[in-house]
Amino acid sequence: MAFIDYYKVLEIDKKATDAEIKKAFRKLARKYHPDVNPNDKEAEKKFKEINEANEVLGNPENRKKYDAYGENWKHIAEYEKANQGQTYYNQSQPHEDFTSYGRDADDYSDFFESLFGNRSRTHSKRHQYKGSDYSTELHLDLQEAYTTHKRTVTINGHNIRFTIPAGIENGQTIKIAGHGAEGIAGGPKGDLYITFSIKNHPDFKRDKNNLYTTVTIDLYKAVLGGEITVNTFDGKVKLNIAPGTQNGTKVKLKGKGFPVYKEEGHFGDLYITFQIHIPTKLSNKELELFTELSKLRTS
Amino acid sequence: MNTENFIPINTLCQHYKLEINFFNNLNENGLIEIQLVDNIQYVHKDSIYEIEKMVRMHKELDVNIEGIDIVLNLLQKIDALQTELHNVRNRLLLYEN
Repeated sequence: MAFIDYYKVLEIDKKATDAEIKKAFRKLARKYHPDVNPNDKEAEKKFKEINEANEVLGNPENRKKYDAYGENWKHIAEYEKANQGQTYYNQSQPHEDFTSYGRDADDYSDFFESLFGNRSRTHSKRHQYKGSDYSTELHLDLQEAYTTHKRTVTINGHNIRFTIPAGIENGQTIKIAGHGAEGIAGGPKGDLYITFSIKNHPDFKRDKNNLYTTVTIDLYKAVLGGEITVNTFDGKVKLNIAPGTQNGTKVKLKGKGFPVYKEEGHFGDLYITFQIHIPTKLSNKELELFTELSKLRTS
Repeated sequence: MNTENFIPINTLCQHYKLEINFFNNLNENGLIEIQLVDNIQYVHKDSIYEIEKMVRMHKELDVNIEGIDIVLNLLQKIDALQTELHNVRNRLLLYEN
């Protein structure tokens, strides 16, 4: 259990007056309040720290005790014994108490608990609060993201089955309402946030709803034209190659891309880039024929 | 109008211990939409998440109505930038193996 320097947390001097503490707290609260820092876990952590610091330093009795025994909190039992009969927890309020953020036992550091236990919070109003939200990350490959399917995640020993809609994006977060922590004092449960991490596919690249792939064709098909079969996420597709197709030529297969998220039946496009394979290790006969072709071109 | 999905402003005033002026000012600044039914002011229940956010900013951070408007606009801009960043990051994957 580490000692917490609450003066440092509030960025004030040990000799700070009540007004200076209040001012420092309000300044930091405006900076780190969860409403002005949505989805920022670091800000949320900092906000809890400054609240805790304010609860100690903003209350004269708590501050007195902290100043006396802060760094030597391990000796708190002796301190309590020496002051038997004295009540160190008055009913005065700290400057502010952001209880609407549903602080519970987990929101206080072990250090705070060791110094002040639960008594300093007896002034807190008994309000109902929503439980904490949980968040987790789920890894999918591109093929899995292509189809709507069900998945089960285990959170705190509970299996939660949910549907992943086709077309989910890398980095996208979905909310499963009511699967977070239990509410406080009968409040509603928190929510579960699942962020998806989608792996690259060896053959296909994705940009939103469009897919990109490279198909290698041989020199003869590029020169003479013909039919090839290409793989798509939707199965194999036959494709005509025009005679004289150049290396790097791009074609678009409409509607063969990725499904549009939550728009059933709508798909992006598939863009194919042709890469022409130049034959190597030619036989004598082939060399002879290529030379002949070359002469025909240059003559 | 069916008021099933609406919450009377008076109920909000009692719950958040705020004057009705606060909600009227939010309405005048276009931050909430107050509906009048049989001379009773209501807000739609879907707007309660945003209203609570504004109430917290006002009560806990001492931000006035104009300040709340500015904060919400800036948060909207941050959200748009984050979406753009997310899209750019995904586009970068096109060039990574």
